[in-house]
Amino acid sequence: MDMGGLGKVYRDGEIVVRQGEMGDCMFVIQAGQLEVLREEGARELRLTVLGKGDIFGEMALFDGGVRSATVRALGEARALTLDKRTFLRRVHEDPSLAFRILQTMSHRIRQLNGELVRLKSEQTEMAAPRG
Amino acid sequence: MQRIATAFHGSRRTSDFDDTRLDGALALEDDSRVAVIGGGPAGSFFTYFLLDMAQRISMRLEVDIYEPRDFAVTGPAGCNMCGGIISESLVQHLAAEGIDLPSTVVERAIDSYVLHMDESDVRIGTPLQEKRIAAVHRGAGPRGMKEAKWRSFDGYLLDLAAGKGAHLVRGRVDDISLKDGRPVVQTQGGSPQGYDLLVAAVGVNSSAPKLFEKLGLGYKPPRTTKTYVSEFYFGQETVEKYLGSSMHVFLLHLPRLEFAALIPKGDYITLCLLGMDIDGPLVQSFLNAPEVKRCFPPGWSVPQDFCHCSPKINFQAATQPFADRVVFVGDCGVTRLYKDGIGAAYRTAKAAAVTAVFSGVSAEDFRRHYWPTCRAINTDNNIGKLIFIVTRQIQKNAHDRRGILRMVSREQQNPEGARRMSTVLWDVFTGSAPYREVFVRTLHPCFLGRFLWDIIVTTLVAIWPLHRDRAEARMRWKRAP
Repeated sequence: MDMGGLGKVYRDGEIVVRQGEMGDCMFVIQAGQLEVLREEGARELRLTVLGKGDIFGEMALFDGGVRSATVRALGEARALTLDKRTFLRRVHEDPSLAFRILQTMSHRIRQLNGELVRLKSEQTEMAAPRG
Repeated sequence: MQRIATAFHGSRRTSDFDDTRLDGALALEDDSRVAVIGGGPAGSFFTYFLLDMAQRISMRLEVDIYEPRDFAVTGPAGCNMCGGIISESLVQHLAAEGIDLPSTVVERAIDSYVLHMDESDVRIGTPLQEKRIAAVHRGAGPRGMKEAKWRSFDGYLLDLAAGKGAHLVRGRVDDISLKDGRPVVQTQGGSPQGYDLLVAAVGVNSSAPKLFEKLGLGYKPPRTTKTYVSEFYFGQETVEKYLGSSMHVFLLHLPRLEFAALIPKGDYITLCLLGMDIDGPLVQSFLNAPEVKRCFPPGWSVPQDFCHCSPKINFQAATQPFADRVVFVGDCGVTRLYKDGIGAAYRTAKAAAVTAVFSGVSAEDFRRHYWPTCRAINTDNNIGKLIFIVTRQIQKNAHDRRGILRMVSREQQNPEGARRMSTVLWDVFTGSAPYREVFVRTLHPCFLGRFLWDIIVTTLVAIWPLHRDRAEARMRWKRAP
């Protein structure tokens, strides 16, 4: 029995956040893995798998929009919820608290750039005349 | 230590600093040396954030933490004497900072508290039904512990600070002086070490604050009062059976007692009493109260020998907790009244670290950038004092206590409705929100109206037996599945 585990335990396949829903919190994974899925119609596209220490749900905290993807537990996982109000009040007091979130967002932009370059290269290769 | 001494003699003098670069005339720069006296949470948080932010702007700093205690040792020798609760807000802030408290340190994650009064008791869960409060031991564990299953919280933080590159000095600081405006630290049998910044994180339970008083900086330590903390061994299963994952708090009509809590840890239950000059007879009166006895196994009596202490806590802040090249963080400076002392250590330590890296280390820098954090805590404590005066009155008045119980019970039966009293009590007892915010919530007309109504109803029930029988029948009907 893990008596000291902080956060909430999610069972295998349990949805933590659902794409399109309003969000007023973000999450820090304490244990286990969660998959990030983009739902396009009936199709599910896995964007990434997150693990211990990763954060997710932060976009809805800053832009006030809806969840951009669904996050689902892969096996049993545990995540800690960070309230929007508690977090933003503290960021107002101490803006340096946002450093880590900025770092994560910046890391994700780099990943997306890499992905974009890969897709463009594939597109160019496919469009190029075969000799 | 020879390496450090050499580095000091080769470091730059005050006049060499670039006065125009930052707000103040004194600033840290590459190879500046920082001494942190005390390796408790305030000292470790300061070091961690100082080095973290210095690394972000590519500044090389040399930090020595002076801490004679070994937190791997059980009993008082390795303990900083405290109830060991990490508040809900601090758990979240640390997670946002990238510090996730592991279950090797957190002995029990807490998801609720049970409020005990002489009339009855009521369980209040976290808003999200999530385990967001951490119960820890500050040292390796109580005196007489047979097996160390969890790590010390203070030891864990100290390791984080060391992991950022700080150097741990195990000597006890004997003397602190100023030479040409620079702090000099002397340990037992060591050579004097000079620094560009001296950080006092010495708490209020040692004689170390006196070392700073004699420097003539205008610093006066905080005024304190005595509390009581004890540890009772029961084993994991018994702790789980009797306390579960709830912190048990008591609103009892006992003179001089402001707050009492039983905190479930791994194998132990920690008893924490706060108030004015807690002494033996008051502890005994508390343990003999039937509401308290119900939380322990039947027939249990206080063992002959158990780990206990009477640490001091602040009830008034220190005067002038900063000077040129000197800053006081955590309890020896400013902390929160009665609750969330580790949260206050985090806030003050980080504010001081941010000031030192991004602004400077002069008294003026600390006044402009560090003092506002201390002042905000002080102002909030004044409101907290008002809240505790009201709480004392409620403790004395049975009608008020019944009104609270009724209001909370109704809120807990209706999770979808507003939880006005539950959240107020939650934040007062756990220290999760500023006292000011709690106070403002109690002024809401809906809160006051509901509370007044519940007091009237419970008073009528108490004096009118027929009405009481009907009300009880209604409550039974509502509780029925």
